[in-house]
Amino acid sequence: MKPVLEIENLRVGFPDGTAAVRGVSLRVGRGETHCLVGESGCGKSVTALAAMNLLPRGATRSADVMRFHDEDLTRLSERQTSRLRGARMAMIFQEPMTSLNPAYTIGSQMTEVFQRHRHATRAQGMDRAAELLERVGITAPGMRLAQYPHQLSGGLRQRTMIAMALMCDPELLIADEPTTALDVTVQAQILRLLQTLQRELGLAVLLITHDLGIVARMAQRVSVMYAGQVVESGSAADLFGAPTHPYTRGLLACIPIPGKTPRDQPLGSIPGSVPKTGAEFAGCAFRDRCTYATADCAGTIPHRTVATDHRTLCTMVPA
Amino acid sequence: MRGIGAAPYAGSMLTFLFRRLVLAALVCLTVLVVAFALTRLSGDLAVSMAGPNGTAEDVAIIRKNYGLDRPLPVQFLDWAVNAASGDLGRSYLYRAPVSGLIAERLPITFCLGLTGLTIALLTAIPLGIVSAMKEGTLLDRGIGLIALIGQAMPSFWLGLVLVIWFGLKLQWLPISGTETWDGYIMPGIVLAFSAIPALLRLTRAGMIEALASDYIRTARANGLSVASIVLKHALRNAAMPVVSVAAVQLGFMLGGSIVIETVFALHGVGYLAWESINKNDFPVVQAVVLLLAMIYIGLTLAADMMNAVLDPRLRAG
Ligand SMILES: Nc1ncnc2c1ncn2[C@@H]1O[C@H](COP(=O)(O)OP(=O)(O)OP(=O)(O)O)[C@@H](O)[C@H]1O
Ligand SMILES: [Mg+2]
Repeated sequence: MKPVLEIENLRVGFPDGTAAVRGVSLRVGRGETHCLVGESGCGKSVTALAAMNLLPRGATRSADVMRFHDEDLTRLSERQTSRLRGARMAMIFQEPMTSLNPAYTIGSQMTEVFQRHRHATRAQGMDRAAELLERVGITAPGMRLAQYPHQLSGGLRQRTMIAMALMCDPELLIADEPTTALDVTVQAQILRLLQTLQRELGLAVLLITHDLGIVARMAQRVSVMYAGQVVESGSAADLFGAPTHPYTRGLLACIPIPGKTPRDQPLGSIPGSVPKTGAEFAGCAFRDRCTYATADCAGTIPHRTVATDHRTLCTMVPA
Repeated sequence: MRGIGAAPYAGSMLTFLFRRLVLAALVCLTVLVVAFALTRLSGDLAVSMAGPNGTAEDVAIIRKNYGLDRPLPVQFLDWAVNAASGDLGRSYLYRAPVSGLIAERLPITFCLGLTGLTIALLTAIPLGIVSAMKEGTLLDRGIGLIALIGQAMPSFWLGLVLVIWFGLKLQWLPISGTETWDGYIMPGIVLAFSAIPALLRLTRAGMIEALASDYIRTARANGLSVASIVLKHALRNAAMPVVSVAAVQLGFMLGGSIVIETVFALHGVGYLAWESINKNDFPVVQAVVLLLAMIYIGLTLAADMMNAVLDPRLRAG
């Protein structure tokens, strides 16, 4: 089946010389959840923003393939991309506190998306907005619609962002840490909502998260990122069952145990830190922290196929 | 942060208004004292009004007629109470009530100031927006250069250049007077020129910040049109400092247009002030200072209210 989102060899650089994304490939199919995991600063958000063409000014983006259904995202003009964004591909940002416009009510902001893409009336937009606020578990949506962002708590703002992204029934949802400000029950409700939409409408979800519990619950496919690269990718079963990359194994070793590990403990409590990678960086970026590192790890490492659809970026796996 | 029980819109707006009004009243009182004190500090009024040839007798008569022989607090109270009821005293130069003199000239000054501000805003805001959207490009730098030149140009010089070109050579516009509306165009342009650089830079800086913000990224992620992103979502947030400074600029234009009123022979309040300072017509000077201060206070109040309309967070605070 043709994927909804297909990215091959995505590269993103910033003016300061940071190569934030170095050859990322991933695909998200219809009705599927693809989880993107990895520790802070490894390039997850930048990958997501690149797919939406929302990178900050000055960032450079290149890719061999970047396709949404039949649309070649690398060739679309800003105007053409804006017809897709909000309508067919939507994004929930990692920053719920600052991502809503302080000057307008949330009703006005949610309605504007609907009016723009559905050519609906304001009243229809308000009805739709109220319906979605209710679906993300916000009580008294009518009152909320008339409120300004500063009158809402972080959790409410995050849920508003989720509802706003779903206004036009998108085919692809990119969700960057969408439940960080929510308590466990609300988080469960949001995840259930996403699963329902996947079943009913075939929504494809690219889910960025630190929470391996969410990954285990939601993901069909997982990509593990490290220093701007996908170091291992495969089905959730393969990755949890037979991880090959030492970094993936390190992550899994830090899986929180209910009742024992504190919630929100950062993923990747592996000693050491992620190196800053420039364009000329070569070899495995994890080698300084890896107990199995050899001299080979400083050379160029091609992707190895472990099994069908299970690929890794480690010299230990025979080519 | 305000939670669920945030005050309703109308209520918080009223408290906001009330607080600003109390503050404005206090400032008014201070201004009243200062305006009074200024004229008394500049020497013996009766002596300077009598002129160099005045005898001691003349001085005594003037002192008596104008009530300058009374204790200062009494003089102040008398003046303040009268001023509050609209009686600003009599001009000794024109031998007429000061309020009438000012009422005659105020419309001219207001028309001039509003023309100047309108031209300034209509130029500075679009240029500032374009500059921000094209940040770092040649166009942006070109616009910045224009602003710099505008700032360096003395207004009397610009006024004369305009008069020579558009008034005398091309004869498109009248060179003086306010019999017709187009008499305001050239002085308006000159006034606007001094306000444009600051307004342009503020618009540009505000827009650059707004355009780089997370909520603009959201607006783009929602696929909104460029017009909505720039004019509805970014400009609204960038407008607040522009509104505040525009109010101050209008104050400058109303009070500081002496040079322009002279160049273009407009008989506005600025010209009246200039005249009465030279001739020691202290009731007029006092009144003009008081009036301009009131206008300033009114403008600042208006700007605060506009900002409260623009930014809902201010209404709650
Ligand atoms: N505007 C920018 N200019 C320069 N470098 C940037 C910029 N934005 C991000 N980066 C760099 O790109 C890298 C990847 O950042 P990114 O935000 O994608 O990390 P992340 O994986 O989303 O982390 P987190 O889990 O903390 O959200 C980081 O090293 C960051 O410093
Ligand atoms: Mg991130």
